[in-house]
Amino acid sequence: MDILSLFVIVPVLTVLILAFAKNLKQARIISLIGMAIQFAMSINLIFAYIKERAVNNDIMVFTKDAVWFESLNIHYSIGVDAISVVMIALTSIIVLAGVFISWKIDDLPKEFFISLIVLSSGVFGFFISTDLFTLFVFYEIAVIPMYLLIGIWGSGPKENSAMKLTLMLMGASAVLSVGIFGIYFNSNADGGALTFNILEIAKVNIPLAAQNIFFPLVFVGFAVIGALFPFHTWSPSGHASAPTAVSMLHAGVLMKLGGYGVFRIAMYLLPLGALSWSNFFLVLSATGVIYGAFGAIMQKDLKYVNAYASVSHLGLVLFALLMLNKTAWNGAIIQSLSHGLLTALFFALIGMVYGRTHTREISKLSGLMKILPFIGAIYVITGLAYLGLPGFSGFVAEMNIFVGAFEHPDMFHRILTIIVVSSIVVTAVYILRMVGKIMMGPITNDEYRKLPKATWYEKVGLVLLMIPVVIIGVMPLGLSEMIKASIQPFLERLL
Amino acid sequence: MNWESLLLMRSEIGLLAIILLLVIFEIFSNKKQKASIIPFALILLTINTVIGFLPLNTGEIFGGMFRTNALLHLFKTTLSIGVLILLLQSADWLKEKVITENKSTEFLILILSSLLGTYYMISAGDFLMFYIGLELTTLPVAALVAYETFKRKSAEAGVKYILSSALASGSTIFGVSLLYATTGTIYFDAMAEILTISNLSILGFIFFFSGLAFKISLAPFHFWTADVYEGAPINVASYLSVISKGAAVVILMIVLFTVFKPLIPIWSKIIYIIAIATMFVGNLFALRQQNMKRFLAYSSIAQAGFILLGLLSVDQLGATTVVYFVAVYIFSNLGAFGVVQAISAASNKENIDDYEGFYRTNPRLSMVMMLSLFSLAGIPPLAGFFGKFFLYVAAASKGYYILVFIGVVNATISLYYYLLVIRAMFLRKNPDAIPYFKSKPYMKLGLIMAAVGILVAGLYSPLYEYIFSISNSF
Repeated sequence: MDILSLFVIVPVLTVLILAFAKNLKQARIISLIGMAIQFAMSINLIFAYIKERAVNNDIMVFTKDAVWFESLNIHYSIGVDAISVVMIALTSIIVLAGVFISWKIDDLPKEFFISLIVLSSGVFGFFISTDLFTLFVFYEIAVIPMYLLIGIWGSGPKENSAMKLTLMLMGASAVLSVGIFGIYFNSNADGGALTFNILEIAKVNIPLAAQNIFFPLVFVGFAVIGALFPFHTWSPSGHASAPTAVSMLHAGVLMKLGGYGVFRIAMYLLPLGALSWSNFFLVLSATGVIYGAFGAIMQKDLKYVNAYASVSHLGLVLFALLMLNKTAWNGAIIQSLSHGLLTALFFALIGMVYGRTHTREISKLSGLMKILPFIGAIYVITGLAYLGLPGFSGFVAEMNIFVGAFEHPDMFHRILTIIVVSSIVVTAVYILRMVGKIMMGPITNDEYRKLPKATWYEKVGLVLLMIPVVIIGVMPLGLSEMIKASIQPFLERLL
Repeated sequence: MNWESLLLMRSEIGLLAIILLLVIFEIFSNKKQKASIIPFALILLTINTVIGFLPLNTGEIFGGMFRTNALLHLFKTTLSIGVLILLLQSADWLKEKVITENKSTEFLILILSSLLGTYYMISAGDFLMFYIGLELTTLPVAALVAYETFKRKSAEAGVKYILSSALASGSTIFGVSLLYATTGTIYFDAMAEILTISNLSILGFIFFFSGLAFKISLAPFHFWTADVYEGAPINVASYLSVISKGAAVVILMIVLFTVFKPLIPIWSKIIYIIAIATMFVGNLFALRQQNMKRFLAYSSIAQAGFILLGLLSVDQLGATTVVYFVAVYIFSNLGAFGVVQAISAASNKENIDDYEGFYRTNPRLSMVMMLSLFSLAGIPPLAGFFGKFFLYVAAASKGYYILVFIGVVNATISLYYYLLVIRAMFLRKNPDAIPYFKSKPYMKLGLIMAAVGILVAGLYSPLYEYIFSISNSF
C-alpha cells in the first residue's frame, strides 16, 4: 500500500471498526488509536518527503495513478508537494487533538466520532488528490458530515447554522463544479485527450477567454469555504454553533481547503485568469480582512470573536495568494498552517472555559487565570501568537505576507497592503482586551473558584497544538525553504 | 423466423411465462396455498433476472418491429432488478392482503404485465409496437393505483391516473399520426431517414413528446403526479416513480437519438427549456411538502429534470449517462420509498414531522433513508453523485454551461429539502418518536439490495464503463 492512500484508508477503516463499537469507551479508544496512527503517519510523511525530495525533483512526489472511469479519463491520482505535506500534518494534529478534546461527548458518541473521522478522510483525500474529479469528490465528503456534527452536537441555533453552512458550501461547490467542467473541456486546448489530471492540465495553455470565464467560478467556489467576503456569513454562525472539536476542525482545517484549492487549482491551472481577476478579488479579500477584524471587536461571545477573527485571518491568506509573488505565497501557506493551529487552540480553550462556566459571554468572565492556570497560560500564549508576536508561527506568516505584498511595485497593491496591515492593530485590540478581560482582573463570580482544573486529555490536546506553533515560530527557515521549493512551479506558470 | 431469433425476446418470453404461471397458480390453488404465491413469484422473477445477465444476440424480428441490443437488454435487466426489490418491499403488505382480500396474485400479475409493457416499449422498432407497449405499461398501473378501493384517495388517484394517461396516450397517438402523415411510415429507422424539419413534423413531435412527458412527469405535464402518488399504495407510487418513469426516460432517449435525430435543433431547445422548468417546479414544490409520498413525488419530478441534461449530448456519452443515472436512481428511490413503506406499515405515519427522533429509535432504517436521500441529492461517494456528475459532463460537453450551472444550483436547492427529512430523523429529539420496530425479512432484503446498489453502483466504475461500451449504437 502506498504511503499516501493510507491517509484515506486508515480513517475509512477506523470508521468501519467504530461502527461496531458498543459503548462510549470503545468509541473513544478506537478513534484515538485510528487518529494516533494517522498522526504518526503524517510525521513519518514529513521525514519521508524530505528524504524523497533530496533525490526526486518532480513537482509532486509519491505519485500514484489508477484508472477509475476510463472513458472520461478520470483517475484516482495522488501525490504531494511540501504544501500538501504541511496541510496533512496540520489536519492530523487537529483531528487527534479534537479526539482528546471530545473525550467527554456522551450523546451518540459513536456517531460523533464517525462523522468527525469521515470529515477528516475527506480533508486528507482532498490534500493528496492530483485529479480534479477525485479532489472534488473528497471536497464534498469533507463538507457534508459538518451538517450532522453541528446539527446534532452543536449548541444555540444549531439547526439553522448547520443548514446555512451546508447550503452555502454546497452552493459554492456547485459554482466550482462548473469551473471544473470548464477546465476539463479545455484541457485538450493544445491537442491531446481531455483530462482531469492537474499536472497534465498545467502543461496546457487554456485559451485566455476560457480562463477569464472559469477563473472566477473556481476562485469563488473555493474561496467561499475560505470565508471570502461577502460569502463569509456561514462561517461565524457555523463556528459558534459547532461543538468544540468541530469548531477546531472547521476553522483549523476545513476552511483551509479554500486557500489550498485557490492556489492549487485556480491559480495553477488558470494563471492568465488569475492575472486578469486578481485586483477585483484583492479588494474583496482586503475588505474581508478589515471587516473580520472590526467584526471581532464588536462581539460579546468568545466563539464569535474567534469566528470573525478567522474571517480576517483567512482573508489574509487569500489576499496574499492574490499578490501573486513568492514571498506572499510563502506567507499565505504558513498563515494557513499557523491560523489552523492557533484557531484550533482558541476554540479548544473556549470549549474548556464554556464547559466549566457554561457561558461564553466575555462580560461574565473574569480572573480565570488564578483558577485555571494551565488553561489561562495557554490562552495568553495563544493570544500573543495570534496577534503576531515574534517567536510564534503567526509572526512568521504575517511578516512574509506583508513583505511580499509590499514587494509589489504597483501603487494600488501597496495602498491596499497598508490598509490591510492596519488589521494587525485591530487584532491586537480585540485579543488583548479579550485575554485581559477574561483571564486577568478580579474573580467576579465566586462560583468560578470551584472550577475543575484542566484534565490530562485536555492538556494533551492543547500541548499537541502548541508545539508546532512554537517550532514554526522559532525555526521558520526549514519550513519556509521547503514551501518555497514547492511554490516555484506555480510561480513559473504566472511568468 | 426460427427459434434462435425468437430467443431475442428471451426476457419478454420469460416474463410472460411467469405471468401465465401465476395465473395458473391462482386458478388451481386453494386459499391456504395462496400464501406461498409471493415466494413463488419472487423465485421466478429472480431466475428471470439472473438469466437476463447471460449474453444475448443483437438483432430484430417481426420485420424490425421488435429489436434488441446489449444496451436495451441491460436496461430491461436493470428494470427487472428494480421490480424484484420493489416486490421484496411489497411482500409483507401483500401477505396481509392474501389473508384479508385475497388480492395478491392480481397485484403481482398487474405489476409484471406492466413491466412486460415497458420491455416492449424499450425494444420497439416502430410506433405500433411502441404504442402497444405503452398501453400495456399504463393500464395495469391504473388498476394498481386504485388497488385500495376502500380508500377514497386511492380510488380518486386511480381515476386521475387513468384520465391523465388517456390524455397522454391520445396525445402520443395523435403525434404519431401526424408523423406518419409527413413520412408515410411508422418504422423508426425509415422515419429517421425521411423526417425533415417542417411544421407538421414539429407538431407531430410535440404531441408525441407531450405523451411521454406525462409519463416522465416533466413540467408542465407533471400535475397529476403528486396526487396520484399520494393516493396510490406506496409500492405502486414507487413503481410509478422508479420503473415506469425510468423506462419512459430511456425510451424517450432512444426515439430522440434515433427517430428524431433530424429534429435535433428543435427538440434540443425544447428539452433545454423543459429541463429548467422541471427542475425548478419539482424542487420548489418539494420544499413545501409535508407528506413523504408527495415529497418524493416532487423530488422525482426534479430528478427527471436532471436526466434531461444527459439527453442534450446526442452521442455515446449522453446515452451512457442517461442509462447510468436511471439505474442509479432506481436504487436510490427504491431505498427511500422502501423506508417510507416500512415506517408506514409499522406506524401508519407518512409525514416528515412524524419522523422526528427516528434515528434514536430505528438507526438502521434511518441510515438507509439517509443513504438514499444523499444519493438523490448527489452527495459523494454515493451512486447519485456520480450519476449527476456524469449528466453534467454530458451537457457541458456540448457547451451547455449555463444549464449545468442551473442544474447544480437546483441540486443545492434539492439538498435543502432532503436535509429537512434528515434533520427530522437525526437532529431532532422526540419523546413520542416512532418506537423501535423490526423490519420483516423481505423488506430487509429489499432495503439491503437498494443500499448495496447505492454504495456500489457509483464507486464501482466497471458498471459505467460497461454501459459506455455498449452505448455506441447511437
